[in-house]
Amino acid sequence: MSKIKEVKTMATRDAYGKALVELGKIHKDIVVLDADLSSSTRTQYFAREFPDRFFNFGIAEANMMGAAAGLASCGKIVFASTFAIFATQRAYNQFRQSIAYPNLNVKVVASHGGISVGEDGVSHHCTEDIASMRVIPNVTVIVPADAVETREAVKALVKHYGPAYLRLGRPKIPVIYEDDYSFEGKKLNFKIGEGVTLKDGSDVTIVATGLMVYEALQAFEELKKNGISARVINIHTIKPIDADLLVKAAKETGAIVTAEEHSIIGGLGSAVAETIVQSYPVPMQFVGVKDIFAESGPWKELLKKYGLTSSEIVEAVKRVLKLKK
Amino acid sequence: MTVFDHKDEPHDEELIQRLRKIALEIRKDVLLMTTKAGSGHPGGSLSAAEIIACLYFHHLRYDPENPQWEDRDRFVLSKGHICPALYSALSRAGFFPREALWTLRKIGSILQGHPDMKKTPGVEASTGSLGQGLSIGVGMALAGRIDKKSYRVYVLLGDGELDEGQVWEAAMSAAHYRLDNLLAIIDYNGLQLDGPVNQIMSIEPIAEKWEAFGWHVIEIDGHNVRQILDALDFAERIKGKPTAIIAHTIKGKGISFMEGKVEFHGKPLTEEQLKLALKELELQEKLLSIE
Repeated sequence: MSKIKEVKTMATRDAYGKALVELGKIHKDIVVLDADLSSSTRTQYFAREFPDRFFNFGIAEANMMGAAAGLASCGKIVFASTFAIFATQRAYNQFRQSIAYPNLNVKVVASHGGISVGEDGVSHHCTEDIASMRVIPNVTVIVPADAVETREAVKALVKHYGPAYLRLGRPKIPVIYEDDYSFEGKKLNFKIGEGVTLKDGSDVTIVATGLMVYEALQAFEELKKNGISARVINIHTIKPIDADLLVKAAKETGAIVTAEEHSIIGGLGSAVAETIVQSYPVPMQFVGVKDIFAESGPWKELLKKYGLTSSEIVEAVKRVLKLKK
Repeated sequence: MTVFDHKDEPHDEELIQRLRKIALEIRKDVLLMTTKAGSGHPGGSLSAAEIIACLYFHHLRYDPENPQWEDRDRFVLSKGHICPALYSALSRAGFFPREALWTLRKIGSILQGHPDMKKTPGVEASTGSLGQGLSIGVGMALAGRIDKKSYRVYVLLGDGELDEGQVWEAAMSAAHYRLDNLLAIIDYNGLQLDGPVNQIMSIEPIAEKWEAFGWHVIEIDGHNVRQILDALDFAERIKGKPTAIIAHTIKGKGISFMEGKVEFHGKPLTEEQLKLALKELELQEKLLSIE
């Protein structure tokens, strides 16, 4: 499959690390915590710049979440980082009880989401986090599509009061936005809870999040060649989800394919389905990790083997169009 | 501003009698509240009555009219299930009207079954899932250090709660960051829900464990008001490390038929038992005034 154009690549975690340093200069209330993964999550950049506002808790995620709650209750804007699997599963109850329930201003920013973690294997993959985090009340869940959007999301989260989960990835992925957060010449504004229509179309809507947004854009080109007009929506905020935009897309295109680097159970696909079935049900197909654990391997090969590619999206579009009346 | 700041009051007989009387009043409230609610955890609430009385009516600095006062001392009830004792103290300290106590665990109440910092003025952390309060205290103590504040952070833990691994993660980090503005108090009443702590999960040697984790340890009789006051004061003089007070207590303390009885961990008294219990407490109050 041909690429849209040659694009530069950058890991979303790198963008996070850099954004934190910039924001740390402006906002003196930002405090950053990590659990012995700061060199991987890139909070290390902040730690070097602001050693008095960085605390490493060692390999103890539960304690880190509690300390985050305590700091937030004293007025700090807390960023707590580790890998997605540990942030959401080693410390799930701590996040729910100590942070989300009292609605404290803690941003859990997890790198290494999905299976693009690669060779480390299933122990370090995470395909359940969108589901498990979005089900908790008060929590905002964001999965940026690239490095530029990550920076915008981190900036927005500093201004947004309340608990949030920001899911980032390990590998260098295509940067789809210009550095000023514009897309194909159109300047965008990052707003929590607002989806971004990247391509307009009338036959079907592809709703994607995270690194699958780039795949969705590639699928758009492929479908165009086959005379299929696809709308592409980037849902960076999975909760609260942009219901208006999705229902409009359902009405105008009559079919939806979702694409996410997450289990097809409980993630973006489920969130979109929950939204549209209540007002304008249309046929849907889900592209995501099936109900299985992946395995070790180079990340691009894993995405291929486990069905997270533009060609899988194209196939799903073909299936959904058959269901469309 | 109506700041409560009595830390420097001398530990004389008058103060001690006053705090012992407040502890009895807290006990009465706990039993009335839980029986009226039809559920709750009276046993552990009674074992901590003197500790909570000493904190809220002598040692802590706070402003009931401004519960979010930045310089206040923070008290985290990590063993959240004994919140009836905390609620009693908070209402007596003026954070909310006494009538609220009789709405405990009812729909629409500001007093939830376990502490809720957003619903109840004066509650500093939402707890109830055990083992999390000390971590929250670590965060508060770090914030105090960043902000160069002189407030101190107090965390009350249960002995059964020490089974939770997170307590030890928190203990390790508090010593690592040399949080001498943090104090842990362990209400060592020897009983947890399923039975005696030493049968369910041995936690001994407790003092040695905290010491090995880098804490200064003080052991006291957790019903002896003078010992509690002295320990709280002494802990402030320990620099460079956090302090743990191991308070030896009796579950169900003050009521003859509740003392040391595991069944009152999570079960309120019946109306008849309540009458007997209140009589016992009134008798103790009379004896106190004779002393």
